[in-house]
Amino acid sequence: MKRTPLTWYRGGGLSNLLFLTPMIIVFAVFSWSPIVRSFVMSFQKTNLITTSWVGLDNFENVLTDPLLGTAVVNTLYFAVLALIFGFPVPLLLAVLMSEVKRGKGVYSALAYLPVVIPPVVAVLLWKFFYDASPTGVFNTMLGWVGIAPQPWLQSSASAMPSLVIEATWAAAGGSIIIYLAALLSVPPELYDAAEVDGASVWRKVWHVTLPQLRGVVFIMLILQVIATAQVFLEPFLFTGGGPNNATVTVLMLIYRYAFQNSLGGNYGEATALSVMLAIVLAVLSFAYFRVTERWSST
Amino acid sequence: MSDTDRGILSTFDRRGRGVRAGMSFVHVLLFGGLVVAGLGPILWLGKAAVTSTQDTITQPIALWPHGIDWANLTQAWFEVHIDQYFLNTVVIAVGSWLFSLALATTAGYGLSVLRPRYAGILNGAVLATLFVPSVVLLVPLYLTIVHPPVGQSLLNNYLAVWLPAAANAFNILLVKRFFDNLPREVFEAARTDGAGPIRLFWSIVLPMSRPILGVVSVFAIIASLKDYLWPMLVLPDPAVQPLGVRLPAIQSQVELDVFLAALAISTIIPIVLFLAFQRVFLRSAGLGGAVKG
Repeated sequence: MKRTPLTWYRGGGLSNLLFLTPMIIVFAVFSWSPIVRSFVMSFQKTNLITTSWVGLDNFENVLTDPLLGTAVVNTLYFAVLALIFGFPVPLLLAVLMSEVKRGKGVYSALAYLPVVIPPVVAVLLWKFFYDASPTGVFNTMLGWVGIAPQPWLQSSASAMPSLVIEATWAAAGGSIIIYLAALLSVPPELYDAAEVDGASVWRKVWHVTLPQLRGVVFIMLILQVIATAQVFLEPFLFTGGGPNNATVTVLMLIYRYAFQNSLGGNYGEATALSVMLAIVLAVLSFAYFRVTERWSST
Repeated sequence: MSDTDRGILSTFDRRGRGVRAGMSFVHVLLFGGLVVAGLGPILWLGKAAVTSTQDTITQPIALWPHGIDWANLTQAWFEVHIDQYFLNTVVIAVGSWLFSLALATTAGYGLSVLRPRYAGILNGAVLATLFVPSVVLLVPLYLTIVHPPVGQSLLNNYLAVWLPAAANAFNILLVKRFFDNLPREVFEAARTDGAGPIRLFWSIVLPMSRPILGVVSVFAIIASLKDYLWPMLVLPDPAVQPLGVRLPAIQSQVELDVFLAALAISTIIPIVLFLAFQRVFLRSAGLGGAVKG
């Protein structure tokens, strides 16, 4: 049959379009075109009135910015610390919580509560907890066990770990719930079989539970890396990047280029750095999935 | 041995004396730890909200304040104009919620049930945005708000928050997957009875989709309450800013006790929502991990 406007209309073409148009418009304006524009703008210089092509100038300027190295190292440091603090703890808690028979809901709710608190509130509250004077909340607690007051956010050595502790506290609940869901799907027969072979509790955890969680753990790891590579709120509100640039992250640098520039926003350099970060993350995720795929299949 | 909802420990393990003692110890430690870490900061904030500055500074972890200072709360609410920012927060969250829900359901219905020829391409284009880290969007999206394709600048206009929030591929994916699993026979039956696409959507598909609508609602509202950078950028006028954006600015202007009261007030909406819809929250959180993979 020949397709004419009439057959299109009779086939429900108009109502199809009616349902899909909102999505097409909203995505075109607020998602697809900004993504394309981001790549285009990284080769341009613009002051919103006139725009000119500048080739690779933006990339060159960003790469020669003396702060970039610091920001990259800080971001990596944050990501690594977040993995060390924030990865084993939720996993361990989830495994323990899954063995609780009564009141499971209460445990889950308690663990998830910090996730519900708006991050701004959490950061501002923790900023008070981190008060460096001996009467600060955490310093008082340390005093109970005889540890001297810590400078927390005030020193460049302890500022980043302090940020990560708060970020871990804020995010752990979400990971715990995801691991709990994954633990429910471990087939009970596997434990039965392990017991027939005379496995102890620890051997069951090590040889059955953890291998069964492998898929979820791999995904959570890469998602966490992607999220921490874009960390902004904690350094921005806790320390503003200080002390001594010890907590300047890549996204803070992007923010400074675009929105805290006294000479007007340097949108070209900001997008150039965002594009580079996105490419690094894409390459990293791709390589990661190739490698973990091999591990998962063996 | 054939206990179907067993975990790592078998019923036999649980009878062992060592394991029993160990588990009781773990329970106490786990429960204590979760109460201190999960509930502790919130209870502390609740106490600090009605304690005088002097008291909070000199004895931050005293269990009970020396006299309750209710004035903190009223001062924060009326003099610091938390009332205004609270209202802004609600308006922003409700708007983001309605726009997200409307877009995700219509798009999900179009892509899953109506499925025109171009649905495959559209679906791919939506999915592709999931792989783009949000940092890429920041600057160009901001410039889109300053100079939208039609009309005036959207700065200080709530549409600047609502519409980008609705352009969420994850919500559409969730709804589409749910619609994909609805029984097709019901749709066929409704069509034979003469229901058009709009009626099918409104009277058949939506009522069958309560669970997923709850999940998308939780995602949309919580994302809106948690967001900071984006509303800060596109709502520069303090009069229209939500609580989250105002709080850091307020900090330097008011006394500590009033500020902590303001922080406490800001946690009320999310905590009440969480307590009221706990199951949907926890289900959404579990789902987040499952689908993101």
